[in-house]
Amino acid sequence: MLGQSRLAEIAQRVLREAKADQTEVMITGNDSHLTRFATNTIHQNVSETDATVRVRSIIDQKTGVASGNDLSDAGLKTIVKRAETVARFQQKNPEFRSLPGPKTVGKIDAYVDATARFAPLERAEGVEKILSASRKNGLEAAGAFSTEEQEIQIANSLGVSAYHRGTVAALLTVIMSADSSGWAAAASRNVAEIDPARVGKTAIDKALASRNPTAVEPGEYTVILEEAAVADMLFFLGYMGMGALSVQEGRSFMCDKMGERVTGDQITIWDDGLDPRGLPLPFDFEGVPKRKVMLIEKGIARNVVYDSFTAAREPGKTSTGHSLPAPNTAGPLPINLFMAPGKATQEEMLASTERGIWVTRFHYTNIVHPVKTILTGMTRDGTFMIENGKISRPLKNLRFTQSILEAFANAEMLSSTLTLLKDDWNAIGTCAPAAKIRDFRFTGGTE
Amino acid sequence: MRDYTDRALDVARAKGATYADIRVVRRETQNIEVKDGIVQDLTLAETYGFGVRVVANGAWGFASSNRLEKSEIDRVATLAVAIAKASAISKKEDVDLGPAEVHVNTYKTPLEIDPFEVSLEDKIDYLLRADKEARAVDGVRVVDGTLGFQRDTKTFASTEGSYIEQTLVESGAGIVVMAVSEGEMQQRSYPNSFGRHQGTGGYEFVQKWDLPGNARRMAEEAVALLSAPQCPSGVKAIILDGPQLGLQIHESCGHPIELDRVFGTEAAFAGTSFLTPEKLENFRYGSDLVNIVSDALTPGGLGTYGYDDEGVPAQRTDIVKRGQFVGYLTSRETSQQLRKIHPDAPARSNAAMRADGWNRTPIIRMNNVSLLPGEWTFGDLIADTDDGIYMITNKSWSIDDKRLNFQFGTELAYEIKRGKLGRMLKNATYTGMTPQFWAGCDAICNKDHWHVWGTPNCGKGQPGQVAHTGHGAAPTRFRNVQVGVMKG
Repeated sequence: MLGQSRLAEIAQRVLREAKADQTEVMITGNDSHLTRFATNTIHQNVSETDATVRVRSIIDQKTGVASGNDLSDAGLKTIVKRAETVARFQQKNPEFRSLPGPKTVGKIDAYVDATARFAPLERAEGVEKILSASRKNGLEAAGAFSTEEQEIQIANSLGVSAYHRGTVAALLTVIMSADSSGWAAAASRNVAEIDPARVGKTAIDKALASRNPTAVEPGEYTVILEEAAVADMLFFLGYMGMGALSVQEGRSFMCDKMGERVTGDQITIWDDGLDPRGLPLPFDFEGVPKRKVMLIEKGIARNVVYDSFTAAREPGKTSTGHSLPAPNTAGPLPINLFMAPGKATQEEMLASTERGIWVTRFHYTNIVHPVKTILTGMTRDGTFMIENGKISRPLKNLRFTQSILEAFANAEMLSSTLTLLKDDWNAIGTCAPAAKIRDFRFTGGTE
Repeated sequence: MRDYTDRALDVARAKGATYADIRVVRRETQNIEVKDGIVQDLTLAETYGFGVRVVANGAWGFASSNRLEKSEIDRVATLAVAIAKASAISKKEDVDLGPAEVHVNTYKTPLEIDPFEVSLEDKIDYLLRADKEARAVDGVRVVDGTLGFQRDTKTFASTEGSYIEQTLVESGAGIVVMAVSEGEMQQRSYPNSFGRHQGTGGYEFVQKWDLPGNARRMAEEAVALLSAPQCPSGVKAIILDGPQLGLQIHESCGHPIELDRVFGTEAAFAGTSFLTPEKLENFRYGSDLVNIVSDALTPGGLGTYGYDDEGVPAQRTDIVKRGQFVGYLTSRETSQQLRKIHPDAPARSNAAMRADGWNRTPIIRMNNVSLLPGEWTFGDLIADTDDGIYMITNKSWSIDDKRLNFQFGTELAYEIKRGKLGRMLKNATYTGMTPQFWAGCDAICNKDHWHVWGTPNCGKGQPGQVAHTGHGAAPTRFRNVQVGVMKG
C-alpha cells in the first residue's frame, strides 16, 4: 500500500501531464493475501501486491481510457498519452456532459490495523482450527481465509479529490462427509471479529446433520432461506434492474413501475455505501459521494441508482454516487445493498412451518429472464425437509427456477437480524435477513 | 530478464525452497465497444508483474508484485517461502511434482495480421458498420458491438532449468442486439454470446466472422422473438447449435474432468466432480458416438498455447473415447496423486495448469475441450428429426457443484416437425443429468460444421481467476431431453 499522500502525488502528476479538456485519474492499490484449504490441508497460499492507474481523457466529448501498473514517471506519461491518443480516435458522444465537479466526501474509518498486519502464519493457525475440528469428526474441510488492504484515490481536472482505504477479512468453509456438506462464512473489516472455530463448528454441525440425504419431488414448497440465499437473490435483483441504465434501455423490471407495487409489502431494499454494517465506500469510481437510495419501499418501486452519465440523460436527476470504473457500458449499480429485517427468529420461522424446505445457500445462480426476474440455481451445503415445525431429514440438492419478485411477494417472515455476505469475487457486501417464503418453485433435483 | 528470474530462483532456494518457478507476465488488452452508434468504450490496458511459486517444507507458497525490481524480487521470493512454510503446518504429505520438466524454448501464436497494428479507425469503422446494419431494423432497442484483443508476453523459469518465453495473442468480436416490449426482452448475439466470440490469432479472426454482414439478421431475429410463442415443454429430441453445444461441453465435461476438482481442492467454491477416480476407464459417459479430447494444440482455439504455466508442453489427451471416460485434465502434482490410485496413469502432466496473469497461481483449466465431429450434414440431421427443437446460442446456464444437474436456456429456437424447421420459439430451456444426456447423443454433424467456439469468461479459484477456453463443436442431436421449465 502506497498511502494517501503518495496516491495524491501520483494523481497530481497525471493531471499535470494531461492535455485533454477534462481528465480523471483513478488509482487503486491492494495488498491481498489468501490461504486456501481442502481435504483438511492447506493447498494454496498466495499474496499479491499491485497498484493500477487508470486515466480517462475527454477531448471534445470524445473519451479515451488507458490503464497500467507502471507508476514511474515514464509509465504515467505513457498511460496519459495512450488515453489522449485513444480519445482523439473516438467518436463524439453527444450525451456526455462533463466529469463531475468536486463535492465534500465524508470519511469512513474502514481500515483496521489488525487485518492489515495479519501474517501468513496467523491465517494458517486460524485455518488449522477448522481442519483439526474437521478431522476429529471424520470430515473433510475446504475453504479460504483472506485478508486484504485496499486503497483508492480518484481525482479529476475539475477539482475532485477523494481517497479511501479499507480492510476486508473473509473466511468461508465447506465441510464434507461422503454424502453431505455444510457451509459457513464470516466477513468483517476487522479480522479479530472472525472466529474460525465458530465458523468451522457451524459448517461441521450442518455436514453431520445432512448425512444420508434423500430425494424430494420437485414442486412448490414453503422455504426458509438463510441469509446467503437471500443475499444471492438481492445481488441479482440489483444487477438486473436497479441501475438507471437498465431502465433507460427498457430491460429493467422497474421500467414504468416507479411508485407502483412490484413485490410484497414486507420487502424494503436500499443501497447505502456509508453504512458501516456493510463494506462501505464513501464515494463512487468518479469520486461522487455515495447517497443512500431507497430502491423498493414496502414493496413499492421507489428509485434506481445513477452515475453522472445516466443522470445527465434525465431532467432533474443527479448522480447518486453509483458509478463503476470507466468506461462502464453496464451502467451504475447498487453494490451496498440492504434488505430491511423483520421481527422473527429463524427458530420461529421453523416452528411455524408445517411442511417446507430449509435452504442454506444457493450455487451457480444465473439469470433466466431479467425482466421477469427469473433465476435458476441449485441448493447446496445443507438442504433439509421441514415437517411439523422441525427439521425432519436431509435432502439431496434441488434446482429452483423462480422469479425473485414473486418469491419476495410471498415472503411471510423475515429474520430480525441482518448478516453481511461478501461477494466471492469483489469487496462487495450485501446485508440480508433470512426469509420464510411460500410457494417457492423447485424444478429438478440432483444426486 | 535472466538476471531477474535467476535472482528470484536463487533467493527462493537460499530461503529454503526445494522447488521454485517465476513467471513474468505483461498483459496488454484493447477493448472497443460501440453501443447504439456511439463508441462507449475505447480502452488500452496493460498490467505487468511477476509471481514466484515455491515448495518449501513440502508445501506451496506463492507471492506476486507489480514491481520488477531487484529488492522487490528479494522480498517477494522470501515471502513466498515464508507462506509455504506457514502452509506446511497442516500438510498431510509433501508436494510431489513427479519427473522434472526441463524445457528451453519459445512459442508465439501463429497469426496473419497483428491486431495491435490495425488502426483504431478501421476497428471503429467495422463496429459502426455492424451497428448501423442492426439499427436499421425497426423495433431494435439496444445494439452493442465489441472487439477485444489481448497479448500476453510471458517468461517462465524454474529451478529445474526451464526457461520458456511465449507470446499469446487473442482476437475477438461480437454483437448483441436487444429488443424490448411490455414485460419481455429478447436478444440475439453473433457469433456467440458472452459479448463476443474469441480465439487465438490475429485480426483475420475478426474479418472472418464478419459482424457487419450478420448484424441485420441478428436484429430481425431479436425483434421477431418478441412475438414468437413460448417454447413448449415436454420430453423431446433437441439439436444444439455449435455455440450452445460448446457451453454444454464446457460445463458438463470440461469442468468435471479437472483433476483438482476431482480431488476436492475446489470444493468450497466451484465444487467437486461426479467423475471420481474409480470411474476412470470404467464409466460410460455418453453414447458410442461421443469422442471428446482436450487439445491445447488446436489451431486458433482460445485455449491454445505452447506451454502451460508449469512449463509443460501443450498436448492432446483423450477424455471420452467411444463414450467411455478415459482421461482427466491434470497438473504435475495431481498426476502423481492419480498414480496412487491408478499406477498406470501417465507420470507427466498433460499441461492444463494456467494462471490468470502474473498475480495468480496456476490452477487446472480447460484448454480446448472439444467434441469430435461426426458424419452428418446439417440438412440431413434436420430431415432425420421427426419431432424436436433446434436450439441456438446460449442465454442462461447453471449446473450443480458435481456437474450433474444442468439447465440451459438459448436465445433462439425453432420447432422441428417431420424433418423440417418450423416456427420460431422464444425462451427455450432444457435440463438434464450429464451422463443420461450424453447417452442420448445420436447424431453429430461433420467437420464442415465444426468450429472451435471461444468461452472468454470461465471463472474458477480463490482469489478468482478468469480463463479463456475453446470448445470444438458441430450441431448435435440428443434424444429424450426435458425441454421447458418456465411458467407461461
